[in-house]
Amino acid sequence: MTKKTNLKDFLINNAVIIIMFVLVIYTGITKPNFLTTNNLLNIMANMSYRLVIALGIAGCVITSGCDLSAGRMIGLSACIAGTLLQKLEYSGKFFKDMPPLNPFVVMVIVMLIAACFGSVTGWFIAYLHVPPFISTLAMMEIIYGLALIYTGATPLGGYITGYTKFSTGKFLGISYLIWIALLVACITWFIFNMTRHGKYMYAIGGNPQAAEVAGVPVKKTMIIIYAKAAAMYGLAGFMLGAKAGGASVNTGLGYEMEAIAACALGGVSVAGGRGKVSSALIGVAVFELLKAALQYLGLDANAQYIAIGIVIYAAISLDIRKYVRKK
Amino acid sequence: MAEYKLELKGVSKSFPGVKALDHVQLSVRPGSVLALMGENGAGKSTLMKCLFGIYSMDEGQIYIDGEPVTIKDPDDAMKKGIAMVHQELQPVPARSIAENMYLGRFPVKKIGPIQMIDHKTMNEESERWLKELGLDFDVKQPLGNLSVGQMQCVEIAKAVSHNAQVIIFDEPSSSLSDKEVDFLFKIMNDLRDKGVAMIYISHKMDEIKRIADDVQIMRDGTYIGTWPAKDLTTDDIITKMVGRELTQVYPEHKHEIGEVIMEVENYCSIHEKSFQNVSFNLRKGEILGFGGLVGAQRTELMEAIFGIRNLTAGTIRVHGQEVKIKKPADAMKAGIGMITEDRRGNGIFGCLSIKDNVGVSVYNKFLKSGFVLDHPAINKVVDESIEKLSIKTPSKETHIENLSGGNQQKVIVSRWLANDPDILIMDEPTRGIDVGAKHEIYEIMEDLASQGKAIIMISSEMAELLGMSDRIYVMCAGKMRGEITDPADMTQEKVMSYATQF
Repeated sequence: MTKKTNLKDFLINNAVIIIMFVLVIYTGITKPNFLTTNNLLNIMANMSYRLVIALGIAGCVITSGCDLSAGRMIGLSACIAGTLLQKLEYSGKFFKDMPPLNPFVVMVIVMLIAACFGSVTGWFIAYLHVPPFISTLAMMEIIYGLALIYTGATPLGGYITGYTKFSTGKFLGISYLIWIALLVACITWFIFNMTRHGKYMYAIGGNPQAAEVAGVPVKKTMIIIYAKAAAMYGLAGFMLGAKAGGASVNTGLGYEMEAIAACALGGVSVAGGRGKVSSALIGVAVFELLKAALQYLGLDANAQYIAIGIVIYAAISLDIRKYVRKK
Repeated sequence: MAEYKLELKGVSKSFPGVKALDHVQLSVRPGSVLALMGENGAGKSTLMKCLFGIYSMDEGQIYIDGEPVTIKDPDDAMKKGIAMVHQELQPVPARSIAENMYLGRFPVKKIGPIQMIDHKTMNEESERWLKELGLDFDVKQPLGNLSVGQMQCVEIAKAVSHNAQVIIFDEPSSSLSDKEVDFLFKIMNDLRDKGVAMIYISHKMDEIKRIADDVQIMRDGTYIGTWPAKDLTTDDIITKMVGRELTQVYPEHKHEIGEVIMEVENYCSIHEKSFQNVSFNLRKGEILGFGGLVGAQRTELMEAIFGIRNLTAGTIRVHGQEVKIKKPADAMKAGIGMITEDRRGNGIFGCLSIKDNVGVSVYNKFLKSGFVLDHPAINKVVDESIEKLSIKTPSKETHIENLSGGNQQKVIVSRWLANDPDILIMDEPTRGIDVGAKHEIYEIMEDLASQGKAIIMISSEMAELLGMSDRIYVMCAGKMRGEITDPADMTQEKVMSYATQF
């Protein structure tokens, strides 16, 4: 191969990212407000919980699955967290006279609850061979029903400052939400690359029959993947509640699709076996920057959905091209 | 009219590294059955695939009724009156019998500009064709309701409905009961009376005697000859099938054979047609060969031992201790490893690196503080394997799918060497790899045996089986048919005679 074709390949393989950079720089030059520290921090805060969701769902996608229950799990977790962290003096308090709990304890509680539901999803996938699409679809319905019953469909608000501080509080000038997302990214990187579980996940995604023959505990690994992902949705729900200062049963609606799209865009192969932490990060970043840039450029908010759809088509076609050509 | 309905002349076909067919001919008269015989890998199926347009031939010419023709693809073959009843059927079991018979050529009727499937004609026609063969099925029921034998009859009816003048039967009887075989032969006799030319591929000597008019024998991709079936005895056929020089050079047997390490007793598959009541034993430092024809159920037996398939009965003892093996992880705990036959299907992880492909079975052994992978230690093992087995690769991070078959196989061998089992099952260890790599695999096997490991080798390659094994078991149709312990008895004829005891 000559250098020229290498450059061409490089341009095509990274076309979406390159176009993103061009768009961001163009917006930055034409709209001076865009590339300000404040705005970038705001975009990063929006990325933070989306990254946590995407990292959770990445494990499912790497094993050629998906998780449709993510959005509803985020909603339920945000609601549970909300009911436990309201101010005593708030008039519409959900649990009257119950003092608010420690926010960190609540964070762990919602993660554990979500993980329990996730392990049920995983159990059906691993032991009863229910396809992930269906298993997580069923869980999505169940979770939504539980959230409706639990909250009585009442929106929640009046959070203690200890909770909203997760969003407003800063360390080194950067919101705690962003620090949490970075920490989760590091932990996920560690799990994917430095533990047996991560290697087994890639093996199952690459060739489930071969994984079985190689002695990989396929069933156990699958349950852990879905339970771990759900715990991360729980965390994301907690973060989203802190950021919004409130929650309702529809919190998080549709986030699972955004997350799957972000993973695929960043290079997590939906056919399984391929994908890194950086893939999820790139995917989430591309989407959030695109949304923000288009907004600054004055594109109609509704038309942004069309732009996102086009980007997904372009990115995935180009990504698939890399692997198809190899055969 | 030409003497032969169908003739093939000078057909050659090469695959990368292998000459599968070397100037092979074939001719079949109308109203006759030609039995095509040969060992595994003799080129029978390849020849038929060339005829049927699945493979394109490198050289050669097909003649129908003496006229030269070219056949582009299976559809083209059907149009020219050639039909094939496959060894493994490829129907759509969830759809009706009639739909399966007319798949791809549904009769249509027009209502204005709209084309609709004419279900009435389709059902009536399929019923009529089936009746002609003496079959009385409800053609609206799903094909999947039928037995394999009945499905084959539907396939034959489909072929006849195409007005096929040449029908190829690729080992049709391998999954049929005796009664179904009788019925198949009755249909074949009727077709013979109607002047249809048939090619029948089978390993079963008694069937050949019953149905064939002529026998053509192939060996190692070459044409050996054609004889009237009545002039040949079973022994003649076997001698002609195997009569070749063993040219491959095998490493010298230096290993010492020790005590019994594994005993398998009365293994029975959950599938009636698979292996039943199989017992055998394996010794330390031994290379134990398993011979047989394709379909002898050797792979199924080994996969059951390794916990991939299920049993209705059977016990296994390793080092004298009974062990329960329900999944591969159990087998590995008992010190058994397995290199499977279908390297792509359940061997390699194509999109992962060589390192990950070797490491996957041994991560439990390479942990720091109980859960962190010890990458430097894993790297060392992988580097050593690449060095020791001379795996040709740019680096250990290369994806395994980019390597040649032989190098992929060596990576799988490395996986099991790293895992260090006492017993290693190798199912067709040299299939699809070039001669040089084959020899290296043999050296590795010899080396392992010298270290006191016990090796089970399934091989369909006669030379390899005889050249590598210390002892040979031969299976046929799921039954253990013979054990050959005396090196003087290890001949091709002996193995073949056990392997064809249906």
